[in-house]
Amino acid sequence: MAFVSRGFRGRRRDPAESGRVPPGQYTVDDFPVLSAGPTPHTPLEVWSFSIIASSGDVLRRWSWDEFRALPSETVTTDIHCVTKWSKLDTVWEGVPVERLLEDVEQDAGYVLAFCDGGYTTNLPLEDVLDGQAWVAFAYDGEPLEPEHGGPARLLVPHLYFWKSAKWVRGLRLLDEDEPGFWEALGYHLYGDPWREQRYWGD
Amino acid sequence: MEDADLRLDGNAAAGLLGEIFAVELTSARSTCRGCGATAEVGALTAYTHAPGIVLRCPGCDAVLLRVVRGGGRIWLELAGVRSLELRGPEAA
Amino acid sequence: MAGAAVLGRLTPLAWRLAEAVEIVPETPRASTLVLDVPDWPGHRAGQHVDVRLTAEDGYQAQRSYSIASAPEEAGLALTVERLDDGEVSPYLVGELRPGDRFELRGPIGGYFVWEAGTAGSLHLVGGGSGLVPLMAMLRHRAAAGGGTPTRLLLSARSLQDVLYRDELEQLAAENGDLRVALTLTRERPPGWTGYDRRVDEAMLAEVFGPPAADGLAFVCGPTRFVEAAASGLVALGYDPSRVRTERFGPTGG
Repeated sequence: MAFVSRGFRGRRRDPAESGRVPPGQYTVDDFPVLSAGPTPHTPLEVWSFSIIASSGDVLRRWSWDEFRALPSETVTTDIHCVTKWSKLDTVWEGVPVERLLEDVEQDAGYVLAFCDGGYTTNLPLEDVLDGQAWVAFAYDGEPLEPEHGGPARLLVPHLYFWKSAKWVRGLRLLDEDEPGFWEALGYHLYGDPWREQRYWGD
Repeated sequence: MEDADLRLDGNAAAGLLGEIFAVELTSARSTCRGCGATAEVGALTAYTHAPGIVLRCPGCDAVLLRVVRGGGRIWLELAGVRSLELRGPEAA
Repeated sequence: MAGAAVLGRLTPLAWRLAEAVEIVPETPRASTLVLDVPDWPGHRAGQHVDVRLTAEDGYQAQRSYSIASAPEEAGLALTVERLDDGEVSPYLVGELRPGDRFELRGPIGGYFVWEAGTAGSLHLVGGGSGLVPLMAMLRHRAAAGGGTPTRLLLSARSLQDVLYRDELEQLAAENGDLRVALTLTRERPPGWTGYDRRVDEAMLAEVFGPPAADGLAFVCGPTRFVEAAASGLVALGYDPSRVRTERFGPTGG
């Protein structure tokens, strides 16, 4: 281990609540902002969310008003960032992804979420169904702030939070898994925090 | 926290780049594949509050360089760099 | 402008153990750490070091700090401002005692550096602890005999937050071609005749005058301060490639 400096303890880290915090994580009270680039500011009048076929055809598209007219639900969940912080009991409001994929004729195995600013992340299709994923537009009772991905972000809390893509604009259906922005550069294709799947080969 | 707060300069990446490169990279000149602008790597816009370090073109925000460190490895991507100019001591 | 040489092997950036020799309070929030670093290879004014602290349970935190000392000085000095919600700075300024050791790596950086003998004038703009690397440049300039026409514009919250105040006055008094201007943004002492607002184009124009073709500007401090000052200089006609910036992020001044 590296040299231990006398008296250094670091930020007060809450002891992991058994069962709720994955290995290697510590809990935080604030909500750290991470970003790989400038915050997009897409006006709501031009915002849309699309489901795109692997061929590139647009299968579904919602404007902001159409998206917000969809039934949504409140979700209370824990989130886990690969940079080791976890935040418990975060409250979101969003549209379940399975509703957005309803009636979409497809047999794709994977999706690639794409976002304003160019960020992408890949997921198995089955991981965004069955109450596991939302397109979230509110956090803690307030409209989602741009620094946290507003107007809408993907929320997939059972995977590391880099999969909960900020500024999401749609899902592209894929026949094969394709690495997204971080997955192409060392981060695990799947990203299960409970198996500590942070990097390739984990 | 606003957008501005997350921006740093390329020299914030100098330590990590120093683990990879045998030469001091932040004084090298990079040319952006996106817009063709040249800048010293130290002058690129750096985003370090992220799962990795991302250096972007100060002109067009295209990603020039990315570094991830973890799991005992370092990943490096320079796809956005059209060229890197490294001057030697005898350069005019 | 002749670019800095890049080719030529770097001294490998290895972690070394630095030992605190002396901790010198500078202001209520900031102290200078005088360090002994065995086999220190020397550095250039403007460079920084990475500091890494490891706790007994293996938890690590790492931050970068600008070197305050001139290359000509014997020890290595860092000036650190204690941030209330910081993780490393409250340890370095508050817990660290002479004799304590921590990991350090450097010197780092080849872009935000200045060497005496560089042709042209030197324009320095510092916000809060952004003064630290600029002070290394001023100390290096003095050790090398002075001479370079130099202007420093420093922004601080109050007079008591100004780092190295006495030394700056002394350097400016000793050398006619160094002028220091100060703007205090939150509190002013009675009778204050210096600037009292955030750095803006008008202030930059008054302090630095019209851009010279061979001048070099270094701007350092919190990100927003640096971006405002740097774009101010560019708006006044400074060549952007001759305005070097070191943004500290949201905190640090």
